[in-house]
Amino acid sequence: MSESLKDEDKLTIGGKEFTSRFILGSGKYSLDLIKAAVENAGAQMITLALRRANQGGMANILDYIPEGVTLLPNTSGARNADEAVRIARLSKEVGCGDFVKIEIMRDSKYLLPDNSETIKATEILAKEGFIVMPYMYPDLNVARDLKEAGAASIMPLAAPIGSNKGLCTKEFIQILIDEVDLPIIVDAGIGAPSQACEAMEMGAAAVMANTAIATAGDVPAMAEAMRLAIEAGRKAYLAGLGRVMEKGGSASSPLTGFLRD
Amino acid sequence: MEIVVNGDKVHCEEKITLEKLVAELGYQKDRIAVEVNVDIIVKSEYASCVLGPADTLEIVTFVGGG
Repeated sequence: MSESLKDEDKLTIGGKEFTSRFILGSGKYSLDLIKAAVENAGAQMITLALRRANQGGMANILDYIPEGVTLLPNTSGARNADEAVRIARLSKEVGCGDFVKIEIMRDSKYLLPDNSETIKATEILAKEGFIVMPYMYPDLNVARDLKEAGAASIMPLAAPIGSNKGLCTKEFIQILIDEVDLPIIVDAGIGAPSQACEAMEMGAAAVMANTAIATAGDVPAMAEAMRLAIEAGRKAYLAGLGRVMEKGGSASSPLTGFLRD
Repeated sequence: MEIVVNGDKVHCEEKITLEKLVAELGYQKDRIAVEVNVDIIVKSEYASCVLGPADTLEIVTFVGGG
């Protein structure tokens, strides 16, 4: 691909353009590593959570995130649409933009999203002007409802949050990519660069990862590995993968001109 | 008087403004959002927001998350 073509390959979410297709999570690692992780990841969007603030001016994560990076607050901790809406409004009031990742969970064992409450929250927040990026269990009907409700992207899970298990829901994510005209961003469960690459080869618009990096031996190095894999997968998708044969083989070398007795 | 901040009782002067309370507790205004009795108070209204006894505040900020 030429450089000019590469420049044109932008991801647009809520009217904002991104050249990076790696959304980085900021949980479970130290503030000191965030800057290096963001830089090595080439990330232009980073997720955050909203929690009760400690008194007395302790170090704040916002002081560690490089300028120009779009903040994507999540609604983690919400158990229903009302709680998610409350968290989203508070996040906006902190003053870091209109993006929000809806995350609603009733189940603390598998951390699976509540799709129906997610649709409700998406509708309310989209009407209020939020750029809504809902985390969801990959279901085509729900994805269509989310689009109708005003979602700016769809974020189907690959596997339970933090599991590093990879593309367990691969076939269903592929259906969303093929059928829903919104950026499909694979979120949760991606544990290795090879899995992120595969998601991108399938045509995912972006990959979101946190635990894969936070639990790696070397956080900044894994952030870079993940970026390279996402870039490779995107390039492969744009190039168009070669076909897979059902049976047999097909010689790559000419079948004429052999040295024979 | 006594108010509740993030679930804990806090003693403060009568009719304290939110602006003053936030400063006294050591919060950075541009890093937080505040609810008083479940209503969000926008930053431009901190100075005019007078707190009363038993008001319940939530003061939140961003932390690392996925």
